Amino acid sequence: MSGNEAVARAVWESGTRVAAGYPGTPATEMLEQLSTYPDLYTEWSVNEKVSLEVAIGASMMGSRAFSAMKHVGLNVASDALMTFTLTGAEGGLVIAVADDVGMSSSQNEQDSRFWGRFAHVPVLEPADSQEAYDMTRYAYELSEEYQVPVILRLTSRICHVKGLVTVGERVEHKPKGFSKNAERWVMVPGHAKRRIPLMLQREQELKRLSDKTPLNVLEPGTDRRVAFVTSGPAYMHVREAFPDAPVLKLGLSYPWPMEKVSQLAEMADTLVVVEEVEPLLENELKAAGFAAHGKDFLPRIGELAPEVVKPAVERLLRKEPAPAPEQAQALPPLFPRPPTLCASCPHMGVYYTLSQLKNLTISGDIGCYTLGAGHPWNSLDSTICMGASMGIALGMDKGRGEADKNKKVLAVIGDSTFMHMGMQGLLDITWNRGNVTILLLDNGTVGMTGGQNTPANGRDIRGQGAPRIDFRKLIEALGVKPERIHEVDPYQLPVLFKTVRDETKIDDVSVIITNRPCVLIEEFKPFKPYVVQEDKCTGCGNCVEVGCPAIHVTRRDRVVKPSGKEVDLAFTRIDSVACTGCGLCVQPCAPEAIVHFAPAGQVINIQPA
Amino acid sequence: MPNTTNILVCGIGGQGVMTATEILSEAAIAEGHDVKKTEVAGMSQRGGVVTSHLRFGPKVLSPQIAPGTADVLLGFEAAEALRWAHYLKPGALALVNDARLVPPVVELGLFKYPDDPIGEMKSRGVRTTSFDAATIARDLGDLRLGNTVMLGAIADQLPFSAEVLLDCIVKRFARKGEKVVEANRKAFAAGRAAAKAAAPAHA
Repeated sequence: MSGNEAVARAVWESGTRVAAGYPGTPATEMLEQLSTYPDLYTEWSVNEKVSLEVAIGASMMGSRAFSAMKHVGLNVASDALMTFTLTGAEGGLVIAVADDVGMSSSQNEQDSRFWGRFAHVPVLEPADSQEAYDMTRYAYELSEEYQVPVILRLTSRICHVKGLVTVGERVEHKPKGFSKNAERWVMVPGHAKRRIPLMLQREQELKRLSDKTPLNVLEPGTDRRVAFVTSGPAYMHVREAFPDAPVLKLGLSYPWPMEKVSQLAEMADTLVVVEEVEPLLENELKAAGFAAHGKDFLPRIGELAPEVVKPAVERLLRKEPAPAPEQAQALPPLFPRPPTLCASCPHMGVYYTLSQLKNLTISGDIGCYTLGAGHPWNSLDSTICMGASMGIALGMDKGRGEADKNKKVLAVIGDSTFMHMGMQGLLDITWNRGNVTILLLDNGTVGMTGGQNTPANGRDIRGQGAPRIDFRKLIEALGVKPERIHEVDPYQLPVLFKTVRDETKIDDVSVIITNRPCVLIEEFKPFKPYVVQEDKCTGCGNCVEVGCPAIHVTRRDRVVKPSGKEVDLAFTRIDSVACTGCGLCVQPCAPEAIVHFAPAGQVINIQPA
Repeated sequence: MPNTTNILVCGIGGQGVMTATEILSEAAIAEGHDVKKTEVAGMSQRGGVVTSHLRFGPKVLSPQIAPGTADVLLGFEAAEALRWAHYLKPGALALVNDARLVPPVVELGLFKYPDDPIGEMKSRGVRTTSFDAATIARDLGDLRLGNTVMLGAIADQLPFSAEVLLDCIVKRFARKGEKVVEANRKAFAAGRAAAKAAAPAHA
């Protein structure tokens, strides 16, 4: 089981009644997996804040509830968290937050343990799949005993690592029912003021628990040179690198068990805190008077794998670093392999079009279409966070000076990101009379995280039919004039080109909706593949500029034109196994050399290069 | 941990790297090992670099293989095998599908694909066995058998018998019918034979 699957299993076994989340790597599979279990309600919410609010409502009813999100999702949901910590949970409420340590798929790196201190709630940190399961089960008991929302802090190295897990069976949990109590549930200043001391008292009790709980284990070792305080996957890395050192492993990592830290400090000459991302505990220990090391010699970013921790600690101890294995020395300089848009991806036509237009400033957003910033399109000028393309585009419009006077401001956003946090931004643009052309790329799914359902495709998390949003009506209701809303086929390059060019010329808000599905969802039906006729290809290379991964260069050449200008040629072929026939490359092909695959008798090379 | 076996599987998204590692880990579980498996995948679903780390033994702590400690490397693509070859222990074996999958950044002329990645590995002193898994699969009638060909190739490099791994493959395809199972048996045998035939002489 992966860590995500183990958490889902434990949530289900705990008798949870309501589970909600928004997809985001590496958290996605928790909700995905939960939706396959019976006897509980699951949903993809439109954003993380709503998902936490749904869970809070269920908790108020006395039901056990769950909300899962990636680290940046908790930024969005934190408004709900920071006040819910005052009312406290009734039915057990667990928030699983997954930090993308090492940033495989995120716009930043964050340390979600800070939310524990900020919101005065306990943080549990499993170190493998079995612990993810065990701690999730325990989190519900903890949540109900102390009437507190519990944060389960995971990282990619927990979520996506598979290991062996011993599981149990579901035990039903009967909700007590809602009991009206305005002083607890209605957080107006007068009520909230009385809840704050209760919250702080709860935190003191949790501090005492932290020193008693078996989740915080003091493992005495025989190697007394250095003692470690660590948690989560870093614990496994430390144990791997220093099997005999004393270690304090934190399972309940907030509040901190200061007495256990004191005991540990007695066990060795040097105290080292190994924590992924921020020096949170390290600073706390230093403030309490411990001579702790940590980020003074360990990296502040990325994972603290054994090959990172071991040489660093050995340097600290002024010993010779372990000799690096021979082959680890000089790495071959190799081309990068950045993620690419799929063959026939509907975003490809959009970015090819944008790359052919000049004098644009393009505000982007989060999704597969962020790849438009890469080669060959280079057609995205900013990305900050979910839905930000809208407000940033408006700010670019209002904030531009003489230098940008003649440039057009565009925003590019996907359907799911638009519903997550883009709608409010669009309303702000229309209300404040911005001049922005918006490309709403509706591919009917959350593409980047693996094709989850959204209100744009009319299916719920379990794949059942659900109300489908009508973007045209929604956008009109948000204040865009009907004649400024266009729906276009992103495979029809001339239409797309003309629509974008025309709308950017008009001093008003326009929305251009593209309407082809993601190639990885069931709505996508492949067309007949294409092939390049070798004898007709002139090597102009126009098709390569489309950026399709199915197009390969077979031969390069350089010729001198009659004008004396040197021109590079690239003769191409199409991998007909990968091609799904969108026809984007056919349109810019000057000699019309690209035709449908397999006319009778033609021999085609379909081998990889 | 001294008794841990480290297998690194690499390739690009969509090639079946994760599935192959999943089957290898099922075999290790069947043999009673503690098993951990972790992936490092790029952010898009397809086309990015994928490496899958599999560690098994009496007790596995960190799920990650450190550079210079892999017992065997199973490469689904030639340049990717070269990219990750430094993860191997000195003298350990790389089994490589010599297919070349060239990304758009290379087609655009921004970067160069190495002329001979397998040769480069060998010149770096990596014991390398290479074969053409795609052609083997196609000759057996289905490109999708490439994954099983790769598993066949690694079958004789594991601390347990090849049959254990074959059983896991058979189990996985059992519900698809006898024909599919038979095709996979053949692909497995062909992969074993290809790896044996291409084994470096000094091995």
